[in-house]
Parts: sequence; structure tokens; C-alpha cells
Amino acid sequence: MTSIPYIPAYATAETYLNRSYRIRSWLLTVDHKRIGILFMISITLFFVVGGAAATLIRLHLLSPAGTLVRVETYNRLFTLHGVIMVWFFLIPSIPTVLGNFLLPIMVGARDVAFPKLNLASWYLFIIGGSFTILAMIFGGTDTGWTFYTPYSSQFANGHVILVITGIFVVGFSSILTGINFIVTVHQMRAPGLTWFRLPLFVWAIYATSVVQVLATPVLAITLALVGIERIWRVGIFDPAVGGDPVLFQHMFWFYSHPAVYIMILPAFGVESELIAAFSRKRPFGYGFIAMSSVAIAIIGFLVWAHHMFVSGISIYAGLVFSLLSMIVAVPSAIKVFNWIATLYKGSIALKTPMLYALGFIGLFVIGGLTGVMLATLGLDMHVHDTYFVIAHFHYIMVGGAVMAYMGGIHYWWPKMTGRSYSDFWGRIAAITIFLGFNLTFFPQFVMGYLGMPRRYAMYPPEFAVYNILSSAGASILAAGYLLPLIYLTLSLKYGERVGNNPWGAVGLEWETSSPPPVHNFHKPPVVTDEAYAYHKLKFTPES
Amino acid sequence: MKSLIAVHPDDPEVAGHFEDIDQQRESSSLGMWTFLATEVLFFGALFVGYFVYRVRYPEAFRRGSEEMNLWLGGLNTAVLLTSSLTMALGVHAAGHGDNRGIRRFLAVTMVLGLAFLGIKAIEYAAEAHERLVPAVNFSTIPPDEAGLPSARQHPRPHQVELFMIFYFVMTGLHALHMIVGVSVLSFLFVLTGRGWFTARWHNPIETAGLYWHFVDIVWVFLYPCLYLLRQG
Repeated sequence: MTSIPYIPAYATAETYLNRSYRIRSWLLTVDHKRIGILFMISITLFFVVGGAAATLIRLHLLSPAGTLVRVETYNRLFTLHGVIMVWFFLIPSIPTVLGNFLLPIMVGARDVAFPKLNLASWYLFIIGGSFTILAMIFGGTDTGWTFYTPYSSQFANGHVILVITGIFVVGFSSILTGINFIVTVHQMRAPGLTWFRLPLFVWAIYATSVVQVLATPVLAITLALVGIERIWRVGIFDPAVGGDPVLFQHMFWFYSHPAVYIMILPAFGVESELIAAFSRKRPFGYGFIAMSSVAIAIIGFLVWAHHMFVSGISIYAGLVFSLLSMIVAVPSAIKVFNWIATLYKGSIALKTPMLYALGFIGLFVIGGLTGVMLATLGLDMHVHDTYFVIAHFHYIMVGGAVMAYMGGIHYWWPKMTGRSYSDFWGRIAAITIFLGFNLTFFPQFVMGYLGMPRRYAMYPPEFAVYNILSSAGASILAAGYLLPLIYLTLSLKYGERVGNNPWGAVGLEWETSSPPPVHNFHKPPVVTDEAYAYHKLKFTPES
Repeated sequence: MKSLIAVHPDDPEVAGHFEDIDQQRESSSLGMWTFLATEVLFFGALFVGYFVYRVRYPEAFRRGSEEMNLWLGGLNTAVLLTSSLTMALGVHAAGHGDNRGIRRFLAVTMVLGLAFLGIKAIEYAAEAHERLVPAVNFSTIPPDEAGLPSARQHPRPHQVELFMIFYFVMTGLHALHMIVGVSVLSFLFVLTGRGWFTARWHNPIETAGLYWHFVDIVWVFLYPCLYLLRQG
């Protein structure tokens, strides 16, 4: 008998990763998976930049008089932190990385509907990002990420136009991604994949895309008007010639409130996947979770003026927006109850992604409930523009969106790379992030309620203890974010090879190889069953 | 390098990631409709701003509208509506695989589009002469025939400047869309000459047609809002 040398499947099979190693094959790729990876690398860089700004802010606030930078620099730092984190990390994060990689696979397609537009979306992101980074190198700007007029258009020094241009361009990146996903979900579903068999992640990304497509153009035109007013010194929002600064606020928040749903809706989608996979259970109330995403997308357009309760809008408008803001909390609450009901009697595995998922529920509930507090008119008068709002926002955005992004990356990492990472270090990092996050932001609720305003470089000494706690927490949080950067990078070389389905999860993405072939599936999938048929599973997980 | 995207193994007119030609056609239509939804919000925000100020300063905005040239605006409306007709005829010709017809109607559409832009430029020049351009030469005192400030005319309320800002931003953005449209059509004109489109596959012409009609419809709203809301 001649011995045939054993050649493992991964060494011979062509995947989207080993198809070509040339730089050109990445920069001109139209493969949604490679574009997802390009986005992952890009937004990670922006996360580091935005995180560095946050680190400097927290260091500066260690003492009441400010320890580190000049007041002007401080203003530029928090502006930079906001702009980078909102437009160059949070908004693109889950849709462009996990959405790009997974959505076509989850609907059983070979690619998104418009692969070249998808690549254009990445280039627009890079161009917009370059403008913003350039503005930062030149010295940045100090308007805050909200660009309130007339300060931004008439008085602010710094490179407002450059930053606005960057955001304008990256907005089109966001729109192109949204259009692509909407058409992909409508047109590219595999045979048998009806709407109510779609994974909940797809529902969430779909709802997000609708918001992206309808809200982003309003931001674009609003920022364009600010730019026109600033360049030509004409008073579109300037009271001196009859303009109205509050109109700017309406137009800005008409985008920027739905924008927080662009950030959190995809996180809900990831959360639904994680909870189902690690409870090994069909999600409780599939239809309710799916439809609540759609409801949030719709109602989310009708709540923007709750940012303006102290801007001089009428009391009746305030009442209506207060009510609508409380109503939009209902579909979010429906989701949380459904996730918890899914956990009940589930076969729970506390792997790294599940730790992020459970952390998400806790932090999101705190963030959501404080959101309802802020929606009440009277209380908002008290805590408006204080650290209470900062804490609320970060509980949703970092505690919600970033936790879900991290959980999603850890869940699908073996699928994306074909390798597993150290689950031990993964769990250490998840717990570190959870603890560091709470230590950073919970004191901010307290100091905000006691009256510490946001965006100040100095503060009265009685707030020192909360600020020191918060800064201490931030250092733990930073360590927590550094860990995955290390062990995930190491896993690319040293991680164990995994099979198609390392978690024993259900879903089209787990039926193809890891990493997937260029056209996603070896033979075109046909769907015959609901999305989460865990109750029909007979096998046990591999590990 | 003709395309970055692989071609379908069974059908040279279908991109590799689509199942068949119907899926490809429906996808490109839906993509353009979704993009147009974006555009509606893009212009919509401007219309909202315009009406907020119009309600606040009715007199000034009426005066602003009266400064508009009704006849040139009306002529431009006719030109643009006619171009939508020729565009529709071009798409119809594409449906029959009539390449000469496509080129003929695309050419007429482009000429009408350029005529619109030319008339718009004449209007802009006239408005500059009337000292109506904010940030350049806007004055609340209308000039006489020689272009000098004239005491014989009624002074304009100063919010007329606000009207003119919106006028220039809205019609300027619309003109920008027209320029993009004409560029796209000239590109398609060349491709048609090279025999790219067939009766089975002519998505780009269809979607360019949708875009052209949309830009037309924006003008159908701009014209009454900016020109017609006046006295007598």
C-alpha cells in the first residue's frame, strides 16, 4: 500500500482570503467579504484615534483645574472624539464590517447587489476620513460634534469646513451601503428564504439601511448650508438677517437622532444572533423582535426635538416629542424582554461572545431607562447638557453598540478568518471591558445629576472624586480594548483552524466553509426551514 | 479591464452575482428608486427651510418671488418637461433595441438639458444685474437701468436676501443635478454607439431615465415655490 500524504482541506481549497495575495486584489476587490475586512481595518484605526482623544480628555479631567492641555485644545479634543467616534466608527461599525461580510451570506447570495458601489463606499469612507484627519493635523476645530450655529458658521476658529466636508463625503459612503443592503435583501434572497425566515441580524440591518438612506441626505444638506454660510458669510441661520439658529438644530437632529438608531439597531441584530446561538434556542418572539426593528426605524424619525427642550421650542412641541420619545422606548424594551425570555431554559454557553451579549443587556437597560428619564420634560431641564446625558449616551453607544460589535467580531471571527482565538483571553477582555466601562461612566450619571456640565475643561473640586473614578475606569477600559487587538491579531497566525461550524450554531453562514469561498457557497443554498431551528438540532457542538 | 465583476456563466448580459437577467434588472431599478428616495430628502430639507422662512417673512418672500423672471422660468419648465418626454422616448427605443433611436432621443434630451442650463445662466446674469446675489452684490435698494442705486424704486425688505440664498442654493443644486444628468446621458450616448445595449439589457438607460424624470419633477416643485407665489 502506498501512503497518500494527508493534505488538509484548508490547504487546497480556494477561499476569499487565499485567492490572491497581491495588494491590488484587495484595493480593487468587489468581494463583499474583502470589503468588510477593509472596513474593519479602517474603522479600527479610527477607533484608536477617537479613543486616544478620549484618553487625553480623561487624563485632563483628573484634577479640577485640568492637568494636561490648554482649554482651547480640550475643546478640540472632545470635538475630535465625537466626530471620529460617531461618523467614522459607530455609524459604519456593524453595518460595514459584519453587515458587509455576513448579509449576503445570510441571504444566500453570491455578493451584494452592487459590488462596485460597495467598493466605492469604502473609498468614500477613506476620502472623508482623510479630510477629517487632515483637519485634525492642521489643528482641528472646537464646535463640538453638533456644529451648532451661529458658532460654527460665524465665530469658530479652526477647520470647520474641512471637517464638514469629511462628514459630507462619508455620508455618501453610508448612503451607498444602505442602498446596497436594501436592494440585496429585497432581490438577492436564496430560493425558499422568505422574509420571515430571515435571520434577525438581516432584519436589523435592513431597518438600519432605511434610516441611513432617508436621514443622511438631510445631514448632508444641513452641513452644506453651514458651509455656505461660513464661506460666503451669508446668514442662513443668522438672526441678524432673519435666519433662525433653531432651524439648524431641527435639521441637524432630524438626522442625528435617527443616527443613534443607525448605531444601535445593528447592535440589536447582533445581540439577537448571539443570544440565540449561545442559548441554543429559537429566539422568543421572532416576529416581535423583527418588527420592533422596523418600528424603531419609523418612530425614530419622529423624536428629534427631544434634543431641543431647552432651545426655545414651544411647550406643546415639547410635550409631543416627549411622548414620542417614550413611545420609541417600547420596541427596544420588547427586544430586551424577548432576549431574556430566550435565555430562560436555554442551554447557555458562557463563551466570549455570550459574555458580551449578556453585558450588552445590562448596560443597554441602564442606558435605555435613563433615556426615558431624559425624555421627560421636567427632568431634562435639570440634567440637560450635563454629564448625565454623556453617561446615558455612552451606556447606549459604548455599552450597547460597541459591546455588540465586539461580541459579533468574536462570534464570527472564526468564520471570517478560519481560525479560533483564545477563549480564555477573550473572556478576560470581555469582563475587563464590562468593569472598566461601568467604572468610567456610572460616576458620570452621579456627577451629571449633581450638576457638572458637559464640555468644560475645569470643574469645581467637589466633582473631583467622580472624575478620578471615571478616569481610573477609562484606563481599565483602554486595557480591555487593547487585549482583543493583541490576541485576535495573534490568532491570525497561531489560532487553531476551525471547521464550518465551530459554535454548533444554525444559519446559512455556518453551512459554508471557514473562511468562505469566493462566491460564498460551494453550491447555491436552498432554504427549507425557519432561521433558528435549534429545536430540531440533534448533534452536539464540536468542542 | 472591462469590469471588475465576473460575468454569469450562462448569460453574457448578466453579472456573475445575479441569478438571471430579471433579478439584475429589478435590482438596478430598485437601487435607483432607493437613491431617489435619498434625493427627495436631500431637496426636502431645503424645501422645509424655505417654507419655514416663507411663513415667517411672507412679505419679503413675496417680493423675492416678484423679482423672478416669470417668462424665462416658464420657458425653462416647458423645456424640461419636453426633455422628459424625449427621455421617455429614448427608454422606449431602448426597449426595442433601436440603437439609432436611443442615440437620437438622448441627443435631443441633452440639447434640451443644456438649453435649460443656458436659460438658467441668463436668469442668473439678470439677477446679478439687479443686485440680487447674496454675498456678491445684494442690495436692498434696487438699481435703475444704468445699474446704479435708485431712489425711485421701493426698497426691498432685507429678508429678500434670505429668499435669494434659498433661491440660489435650490436652483444651483438642481442645476448641478442637471449637469450630472447631461454627463451621464453623454456617456450612455457613446456606449450606445459602441453597441452596449440590447433589447434584453439596457438597465443603465432605464435608470438614467428615472433619474432624469426625478430632476425634472424637482423643478416642477421649485418653479411654483420660487416663481409663482406672488401677487397678481
